[in-house]
Amino acid sequence: MKQAIKAAEAAELIPDGSTLLIGGFMGVGSPHRLIDAIVARGINDLTIVANDTAMPGRGIGKLVTAGCLTRVVASHIGLNPETQQKMISGEIDVELVPQGTLVERIRAAGVGLGGILTPTGLGTLVEEGKQIVTVSGRDFLLEEPIHGDFALIAAHQADYVGNLEYSLTAHNFNPIMALAGKTVIAEPQTIVPIGVISPDSVKTPGILVDHLLERQPDGS
Amino acid sequence: MEAKEIIARRVAQEIEPDTLVNLGIGLPSMVANYLPKEVHVFFQAENGVIGLGARPPEGMEDPDLTDAGGGFVTAVPGAASIDSAMSFGLIRGGHLDMTVLGGLQVDERGYLANWMIPGKMVPGMGGAMDLVAGAKHVIVAMVHTARGKPKILRECNLPLTARRRVSLIVTEMAVIEPTEDGLVLKEVGPGASVDDVISATEAKLIVQGDVPKMSLFSES
Repeated sequence: MKQAIKAAEAAELIPDGSTLLIGGFMGVGSPHRLIDAIVARGINDLTIVANDTAMPGRGIGKLVTAGCLTRVVASHIGLNPETQQKMISGEIDVELVPQGTLVERIRAAGVGLGGILTPTGLGTLVEEGKQIVTVSGRDFLLEEPIHGDFALIAAHQADYVGNLEYSLTAHNFNPIMALAGKTVIAEPQTIVPIGVISPDSVKTPGILVDHLLERQPDGS
Repeated sequence: MEAKEIIARRVAQEIEPDTLVNLGIGLPSMVANYLPKEVHVFFQAENGVIGLGARPPEGMEDPDLTDAGGGFVTAVPGAASIDSAMSFGLIRGGHLDMTVLGGLQVDERGYLANWMIPGKMVPGMGGAMDLVAGAKHVIVAMVHTARGKPKILRECNLPLTARRRVSLIVTEMAVIEPTEDGLVLKEVGPGASVDDVISATEAKLIVQGDVPKMSLFSES
């Protein structure tokens, strides 16, 4: 049985300088209440690993605007001009990673692999500084794992032991990131009694979840 | 007919029934509008759905169901929602039959550049590098020139998306197939002559006999 905590309490757990894995794709499936709490607490010098930085005023875009970030590892920042400006001015260091490579690097960290071999990025700027490994005559790039101090996960619903179920395109990076954070904080839309989520529907087993955010307040 | 409609109509004819197809944002997404009704395909959105459907009626949007551009969509009967590791596993693993992407430049080797303009536009590659590296067929759908300047070049001077020869280039002026020997002019667009295409193209085009006109209407 998990103890549900408030978003502000969750934000208290995160020190300046942490690396956060944050779920979501253009804000869909992002832990919005956790992001708001991080902004409210004014946590600084964060590295975030996420598919994208959404857009100003939405999801991870709020962390960009609030100046919480010094480093971003993402596949796409094109819809957030603010991230691009801060990258050009040197305020935020941005590492762009192909989306499929990003998710597998995170997965590698979460499942105990020393890296992955992928054909994606061969012959491009992504190849720079990386080892090329030939397997059965085919070249691959060696891509290293990405660990997080925290994984901030959004889920459709959780049960009392923290089992998580996701909805439609709000899965995206969440189930993978739940494996790769030293501390995993899950933000479900609703919390249901044990047994409501069938074992077959559990995508993230509750044993991976360290902290569960309390249910969404009424009216939001 | 507008250039984009010509391109979308022509690309739609390349889609085989009962396949899995990924359409990029913008012009490529228009291709779905011109698919004959009897051709059943599943469209993948790489943010996590197989069986992408049209935009929902106003007021019926599900915030957890969007396409890769973040726009609200529906899911067709038989659809499946998947996480990012599965989504890109399908792409890299050879399970995606076709991807249609926009292009900034394509060259004589059939290599595509479509993800950044150094110093100007650095949106990130998103899923493009995985799509070009992994899809069975890669179709580049783009207007033939940019402000009068050729986009089909001897060699790309923008950073490459992948070191892989794309399957087909479709513009409003031409259908061009990259081969081992170079770029073969397969069809010319409405109102364009072979000479028009050659003068709007920097790359050398291989012209074999009479080049047929592009057909824009499906047989049905």
